[in-house]
Amino acid sequence: MTRHFPKAALAVSFLALAAPAVAQDTTVIGVSIPAATHGWAGGMNYHAQATVDRLEEVYPQLDFVLSTASNAAEQVNDIEDMMATRDIAALVVLPFESEPLTGPVQALSESGIWITVVDRGLSVEGIEDLYVAGDNPGFGRVAGEFFTGAMPDGGQIVVLRGIPTTIDNERLAGFEEAIEGSGIEILAAEHGNWNRDDSFTVMQDFLSRYPEIDAVWASDDDMAIGAMAAIDAAGRDDIQFVLGGAGMKEMIQRTMEGDEMVPANVTYPPAMIATAIEMTAVGVTSNAPVSGTFTIGSVLITPENAEQYYYPDSPF
Amino acid sequence: MTQTDTATAKPARRLPPMTVIGPVVALIALIIIGAMLNPNFLGYANLTNVLSRSAFIGIIAVGMTFVITAGGLDLSVGSMAAFIAGLMILVMNAALPVLGVGLPIIFLGVATALVAGVIAGLINGLLITKVGIEAFIVTLGTMGIYRSLVTWMADGGTLSLDFGLRTFYRPVYYDGILGISWPIIVFALCVIVGEIFLSRGVFGRHVAATGANAEVAHYSSVNTTRVRLATYVLLGLLVGVATIMYVPRLGSASQTTGILWELEAIAAVIIGGTYLKGGFGRVWGTVIGVLILSLIENILNLTDYVSPYLNGAVQGVMIILAVILQRGAKTGK
Repeated sequence: MTRHFPKAALAVSFLALAAPAVAQDTTVIGVSIPAATHGWAGGMNYHAQATVDRLEEVYPQLDFVLSTASNAAEQVNDIEDMMATRDIAALVVLPFESEPLTGPVQALSESGIWITVVDRGLSVEGIEDLYVAGDNPGFGRVAGEFFTGAMPDGGQIVVLRGIPTTIDNERLAGFEEAIEGSGIEILAAEHGNWNRDDSFTVMQDFLSRYPEIDAVWASDDDMAIGAMAAIDAAGRDDIQFVLGGAGMKEMIQRTMEGDEMVPANVTYPPAMIATAIEMTAVGVTSNAPVSGTFTIGSVLITPENAEQYYYPDSPF
Repeated sequence: MTQTDTATAKPARRLPPMTVIGPVVALIALIIIGAMLNPNFLGYANLTNVLSRSAFIGIIAVGMTFVITAGGLDLSVGSMAAFIAGLMILVMNAALPVLGVGLPIIFLGVATALVAGVIAGLINGLLITKVGIEAFIVTLGTMGIYRSLVTWMADGGTLSLDFGLRTFYRPVYYDGILGISWPIIVFALCVIVGEIFLSRGVFGRHVAATGANAEVAHYSSVNTTRVRLATYVLLGLLVGVATIMYVPRLGSASQTTGILWELEAIAAVIIGGTYLKGGFGRVWGTVIGVLILSLIENILNLTDYVSPYLNGAVQGVMIILAVILQRGAKTGK
């Protein structure tokens, strides 16, 4: 199983292994997240690492073990390893997929370990102590509301979808609901897999297929970049704007500078992993209650508020 | 669809053997289907798009034809392309303050890509021929190494070429001469040179002999080690060439760059009539294979008849059909 611990996490594990006697009364928090397989996940990895580094300074009594997995089976192994060898007191998990992770996480929960689930829920309710949730239907709805606002007379749009998953379905459903009855017609929706190259190809073909497209819902900033490259190359000026999503720094910057092709963005912050780790640390170290559900809303970013969402240091 | 294909193929029996015609028939059938489904399919813009996109896989697949004909395999090319693209971007961005935007920096990028490609190919080739490890295992290993390296270089995010530099470099993908874009021209040149080498040159005969039976070739005074090594180096070089055409398109590289390119290249080679176990290969067949794969994707995007969830299934069926057509024709003869 190929597993790569980020450098700092590796150092942490070595420290912990080397000095078990000294670190006897430290509490270990496990963090298990998907590997950086696309831009958003890259940002999430960055924020997880940054938060772990910061919290280890703040709480000397806390130890973190961070592992990244490139598929669900690997993530299950990671969690089992943490349980068996690191004696974790709490687990922060962003499940690769809900179904395969539900059983193993439930087993941990039953043995008394604090569980924080991030972004994707598990398939059985009530396992987690804390759920830091992203709002996927809301992500689609906010995007849809932007379209109805920007195109009051309706129009014809194309949609680029992500990797076929529940997340993607929920987003599209939220979007369709928001534009219903507004006169905006979705000409076609194809999967661009949250990938620049794929969305470039799909957009080129959309442009060949439809002589008139008013706007594009790219639903992700990586896909928006691919789509815009295809539009530029074709020299088409019928497309008024491309709406991405997730708040990549390069795209936020363009919105901030008033680029007409990128008039807005919808957040789905990869930093939600930081929220989850911080809240878990608070829960483990203090009496402040942190259990329950914490939903991180998707917000519309416009040129007016873009500066607030611009993180120049993040890779995403 | 199969029935129509075989029906159209039958009258041509007096011409070259059906193994040769099989992939061509499949390609023509696809073009007819595409033209019937969407009037824009045969338009200049769409054809340019499809051919330019095919160029990356196509250039790599030309090199893959040599490797497979010599009895080898290379799974690392997709990751290698991503790694070289990342390296090129880092080198060009780093040299920007010194060289400024202009031709020298482009040549530096091109040289980086070609040298990195040759070295990567040499590493694969040496591990396979000198250390004697299975090609499958060596290239599976390097595949993981290059993919991780590009993720690490990009810090989990995306490496982007400096904006000014990108604008200067961009025409390499989008422009061309006489309305034919550069990627298509470079692809065509690789194919012509590759075809001459493989089917007419001494090197090509040695490659095929090595793939057919390495021992016999060895006793016929063919330096099989050097021939196999040369095929991997050639493939590495061509991955470098493909990357030179790829980087100006979006000006970025990330861990998703070039995913599954190796399998697409291998599929194109096999659809084109090269034997997976080696001994016989043809470069022009590979071109047909590449075009078949690109056209399937293009047609699926241009129409609504198939749920996008099933795109992969349609591609899979078409790949198998294309090969059946070819093999079926062979036994029929």
